[in-house]
This record gives sequence, structure tokens and C-alpha cells, in this order.
Amino acid sequence: MASAIRFFKSKPLATVATGILVVIALASFLGPWLLPPSYAMTSPESFAPPSWRHPFGTDLLGRDMFYRVLSGGQISLIVGMAGALVSLVIGTAYGLVAGYMGGRIDNVMMRIVDVLYSVPRLIFILVCINAFYARLQGLAESLGFDWLVGSARIAILVLSLGVIEWLTLARIVRGQTLALKNRAFVTAAVALGQTTPVIMWRHILPNLIGVVLIYLTLTIPAVIIDESFLSFLGLGVQSPQTSWGSLLADGAGALNPLRIRWWLIVFPAGMMALTLLSLNLLGDALRDSTDPKALKHK
Amino acid sequence: MIAFFLRRLVSAMAVLFCVVTITFLLIRIAPGSPFDAERKLPPAVEKQLMAKYNLDGSLWDQYRSYLGKLLRGDLGDSLKYRNRTVAEILGQTLPATMILGSAALLIAVTGGVVIGVTAAAGQHTWRDAVAMLIALAGISLPTFIIGPILVLIFGLWLKWLPVGGWGSLATLILPAVTLAIPYIAYVARLLRGSMIETLGQDFVRTARAKGLREYVVLYKHALRVAILPVVSYLGPLAANLLTGSIVVETIFNIPGAGGFFVNSILNRDGFLLGGVVIIYCALLVIFNLLVDCLYSVLDRRIRLDG
Repeated sequence: MASAIRFFKSKPLATVATGILVVIALASFLGPWLLPPSYAMTSPESFAPPSWRHPFGTDLLGRDMFYRVLSGGQISLIVGMAGALVSLVIGTAYGLVAGYMGGRIDNVMMRIVDVLYSVPRLIFILVCINAFYARLQGLAESLGFDWLVGSARIAILVLSLGVIEWLTLARIVRGQTLALKNRAFVTAAVALGQTTPVIMWRHILPNLIGVVLIYLTLTIPAVIIDESFLSFLGLGVQSPQTSWGSLLADGAGALNPLRIRWWLIVFPAGMMALTLLSLNLLGDALRDSTDPKALKHK
Repeated sequence: MIAFFLRRLVSAMAVLFCVVTITFLLIRIAPGSPFDAERKLPPAVEKQLMAKYNLDGSLWDQYRSYLGKLLRGDLGDSLKYRNRTVAEILGQTLPATMILGSAALLIAVTGGVVIGVTAAAGQHTWRDAVAMLIALAGISLPTFIIGPILVLIFGLWLKWLPVGGWGSLATLILPAVTLAIPYIAYVARLLRGSMIETLGQDFVRTARAKGLREYVVLYKHALRVAILPVVSYLGPLAANLLTGSIVVETIFNIPGAGGFFVNSILNRDGFLLGGVVIIYCALLVIFNLLVDCLYSVLDRRIRLDG
């Protein structure tokens, strides 16, 4: 707690970023509940510019943009956090095994990461989502998981985005593990005859948590960007659900030189930009505060 | 050098083979027939279509015939755009994608290098702080935010540049800049880091002691060493540009391969989808091979037999 206070005192920008994130998250999760339900409905007021009644204007179907930006934020944030968690599990496990095993296994595993870096992963994920979405929905129906049927698309998104954003974390975890495995406490554990999985789980993993959690702050924006990328192309979150990406796609589609409907672009873009910037600012600040190399330059 | 190149070539072929196989499987896993439409085709017609495109055999048969065709350089026929082969479609659309991508690559690297060197040279000054803040913004903002905003400002309000279309230098500027901005930022950050490290080394002090002008020291002596991490980032950069160009092509109505990629997913046009993915990956694999060679030319310390 004391160290948290010290951190925020020394990084005013990170404090502001955290404040913005808290406000956006609260608004996205509570806003759609608190606003009158009529805001979610279509109305005859198509493309109304911002006013007191509709602070962010309305869209083609006369829906309130303020409501839509908030509920879109809810989906984007949920997918971002859940996807980042999936990537955290994969990346940590992969990096831990590669780093601890070392030698040839490490070589092969890291070469795979190099190759995956230079393959257009999002393009593969698109093909994957397309391949597995209908299957998952069918599976959910046959098992009677009603809650999953509606959100099968989101579940698939979360899983697949987690599957592509783990590479950098795997590299970082591997590097940390390489440094840790030569420390005396690991040698002691080996000498005591503890098995490799136990050493990895009980001795190395707890020492990685700090790095992994810091990197989580930087993975969330990456996953949010991926999700919005897919939704922007109409291949991610599907109507009636919405996310920042699909709102931007609607806005970009409604752009034309005769009637400039700027509010359809500026509000979702601004909200998303603020979120991404704050997350990156916070993640960078956290990383710098624990990186001895960065401290040296101060 | 030749042995290194050959080894890389072999591993590149292996990667391509995996790409082909995985793509093929993923496309076949997807449920639904490519001939599903609002109007259901009579079963006999559908059967004939399946036979024509060789979709009625076992999975293994289909895979074998697909591989055989690929080896002969045949990407198959589009299932949606009847009477057009995948190669024809790609031949017409890839040039636009490549021009856009190359322009963006050039802008990203040049812009990133200038910003990164400026920031490193003025470390702890306002120039550094401003450059890094811009870089953070660039990294945080994806193309589908930057694109519509640039269109709004430069296309619709100021009316300086056309908002879409293709075929002249003016129509290339907005899309290429949109695509490049996040990577300008990324290159700048990467270069700033390695430049700061390089500037602390002895040979830079020697160069300064010789009385060379500052920009010669920075761009000729230090940059040559500091650029290496950027060179090794070129591979992932190209992959990201190719992915990003799908969005940019959509925003600016550019007749590139990206639009066909999205449509081929929506239409379950398996051969077209496979063709786009395979060509994209092949381009990247070739590009990475070139980057590896470039890297070894730039850094003589790297031994290629390793």
C-alpha cells in the first residue's frame, strides 16, 4: 500500500491515467443501467447532432450515442480484460517452460515465437473465429447452456485474442526465468530433490507475478485494439451488441462530404483513445518503476 | 553466407507448408457450404458444383489435390466470383496493397528514425519528452481511430486531400500515413532506446573528438549501430502493416486484396480465402528472408553459420 502511494506520487501522469480509467470503467458498467431504457431503443430522430438530450448525438436508427458508446465500452473492456487473462496464462506457461528447460527445447520454442511474430496472426484468428464460432454455438445449444448461446461470439473472441497476444509476455517471462533459475534458492530446491514442475510452480512462478501483472496492463489495450479491429471489419462483435470498433465502423460508413456527422466518429474514437492512452501510460509507468535499467538513467 | 541462406530458405518453406495446411484445415472445419445463398440451389446442381470444384472427395483427397495445384502455381478458382481464378483476383488487387504497404513502410521507418534520433540526442530535454509523448499516442491509437479522424480533418473540414479512391499520389497520402502512424511511434521508441545506449559508447566519443558535425555523428556513426533492433523489427512490422492495410483499404475504398479477404470470409469462399492468406504469408516469409540478409550485411559481427 505504501509503495502504491509512493508510485502514484512519483508519477503524476500515471495517477491521472488511473483516474481516467476508473471513471471510464464506472461509466461503462453503470451508465447503461442508470440511463433511461428509452435511450437504447431506436427512435425517429435519426442522426441528431449533440444536444442536451443526446450529449453525443444519435445514430442512423436514432439510438442515443452516449448510451451506445458506454455499452460498447463495456464489451470492449470485458473482452480486453478477459482476453488479456487468457494470454497471461498461455504466455506465462510457455515462457516458464522454455526458460526453465533451456537448451534445445528453449531454442525450438523461441524460434516458434519468432516465426509467429512475423505471421499475420490476426488474419489467422479471423479464419479461426469463422471456423469455430458456429461449432461453439451448436455445442452450447446442445448442452443447454443458454447463457453461452448469446455470447458465443464474445467467448470465441476472448479465447482467440488471448491466443494471439501472448508472444511478448512469453519472451519476457522466459528472460526472467533464465535469470531466476540460477539463483541459490532454485539450486537448493533441486538439491532437496524437488521435481521440476514443483520448482516451476512453487519457486519460480511466485517470483514472476510482478512482471506478469505489469505486463497485463499493456496487454489489455492490445487486446482491445484487436477486438475493435475485428469488429470494425464486421467480423467481431455482432449487432445488437456493440463495441467501440463497430461504432467506429458505423461512423466511418456514415462519413460523407455533404453531411459531416462528426459525432459518430469523434465520441467513440475519443473514448477509446483515452482508454488506450491511459492503459499504456499506466503500464509504461509501472514497468519503468520496476525496471532497474530505466532507473539508472534518472 | 550461402549455407545460411539455404537453411533459412528451407525453414521458410517449412513455415509456408504449415501455413498452407493450417489454412486448409481451418477452412474445411467451418460449417456451411460455399454455395449457401438466399435461394437454395437444387441438390443436383449443388452436387455438380461440389464435384466441379473438387469438394466432394475425402478431406485427404481434397488436401492432396490442393497441394498438387499449389505446387503447379495454381491457387484454384473463386467459389463466389464465378469464372475468375484466385490468381486473377489477386493479380488485380495485390498491386494496390503492395504500393500502400511499401509507402507506409517507408514513412514508418523514416519518420520513426528521425523522431527516435531527435529524442535520443536531446535526452531529458523537452524535445525528448514531446517526441515520446507523441510516440505513446501513436502506439495507443489504432488505424481505425486515426483513419476516420484524419479523413474528418484533412478530407472533410480542410478539404486538402481526397478522402478515398485510388490512382494518384494525392489519394495515397492519407491511407499511407494512417497505416504508418502507429509504427512510426514504435520505431521511434525502439530507436531511442538503442540510440541512447549507442551514444554512450567510445566510438561515438571518438567521432565527436574528431570534430565531426553532430548530425554526422548521429546519423552516420551512431545510427549504423543503433538501427539494428529496428531492422530486426522489420519482419513483425511488415506483418502488422499487411494486417492493418485491410482496415485502411476499407476506410479509403482502395481496390486492394484486403477487401477480398474480408468478403471471402463472409462468403465462405474457401479457395479465395486460402489464396489471400497463403500469398500474404509468402510475401512476409520472403520479406523476412531479405531482412535476415540485410541484418547480416549491416552487422558484420553476426556470424551466419550460427
